[in-house]
Amino acid sequence: MRLYTAIFLFAVFFLLNDSDASGLTVLPDGKDIEVMDFDTFAPRLEMDNDSVYVINFWATWCAPCVRELPAFEELNETYGGQKVKVILVSLDNPDLIDDRVIPFVERMDLQSELILLDDPNSNRWIPLVSEEWSGAIPATVIYSSSHRSFHEREFEFEELEELVSPLIQ
Amino acid sequence: MKKVFLLLLMGIYSAGLFAQGYEIGDIATDFRLLNVDGNYVSMSDYEDAKGIILIFSCNHCPYVVAYEDRMIELHNTYAPKGFPLVAVNPNDSIAEPRDSYTKMIERAEEKNFPFDYLLDADQLIYPEYGATRTPHVYLLEKEGEQFRVAYIGAIDDNYRDAGAVEEHFLANAIDALLAGERPDPEFTRAIGCTIKVQE
Repeated sequence: MRLYTAIFLFAVFFLLNDSDASGLTVLPDGKDIEVMDFDTFAPRLEMDNDSVYVINFWATWCAPCVRELPAFEELNETYGGQKVKVILVSLDNPDLIDDRVIPFVERMDLQSELILLDDPNSNRWIPLVSEEWSGAIPATVIYSSSHRSFHEREFEFEELEELVSPLIQ
Repeated sequence: MKKVFLLLLMGIYSAGLFAQGYEIGDIATDFRLLNVDGNYVSMSDYEDAKGIILIFSCNHCPYVVAYEDRMIELHNTYAPKGFPLVAVNPNDSIAEPRDSYTKMIERAEEKNFPFDYLLDADQLIYPEYGATRTPHVYLLEKEGEQFRVAYIGAIDDNYRDAGAVEEHFLANAIDALLAGERPDPEFTRAIGCTIKVQE
């Protein structure tokens, strides 16, 4: 019995700590944070289907980002069933995923898709996200098959809704 | 009187609110800002400089903190060659209390900054330059009494690990100027913290 407990704890330990550079960190409630470099992430900026994608770049240390996260969560909750995909892309230091990012995600109870972008050479990939992006966060890309816009600013839910709802097919 | 007011208004607009900021080759406006040592500092005070490494910086931003030691090193390397580093905090201290003048003094003492660390207290300088984040670098080349923008962007290509840097954008740009050449690239980007203003 004690052995089973030990194995169980061992397994839990591994699940909670599986967070190397290109892995998947699984949270206790089954959600996960995928850690990836830009090239792995890039296809999500060019999905060719009938969904509206709302991709928000944020970090736990960025106060305006944290302030607007509930707006993206509300968008996900309200329109997630209507082919709106909200992806929250954390730019936190990957070394801090266990100590900082996961506790934050759990505290905020984030439900949207979570990615941690582990790619320090941001000079290379910032213009690939948008030529308009200076590099400041928060920053958000909204696109569908017929529309693409980039926003280096903070959002309220109503403002997001106004941009996104006309794009829903 | 009305005309003067209108001109003044236009001046304020063109100086800040509606400006898109500097491009490479533009003449950078001088300023007079409070340093952590209690003195006011202008670019024109650097009489013997060949240029200035102007970095919009602050206390609280993890991306800045990651670069503090590299900023000290850059100043120690390039100030003797005529390119001192000048850090300017553009953040409002009510919007971000960790970037108050008192906290700036504390941070400068903790890290023993060898460079001037100034406060853009009225938040009029950063919009004129077009800075959007910290850290945000403007490398300025002195031309007579004027300072011309020679490079805008990032310090290097790896904020996390100084040892893993492949391209030292800023150091390369200064080396280019010292060699009488143009920086290449002259514009780069990096993730940074937004400049904090009161709502």
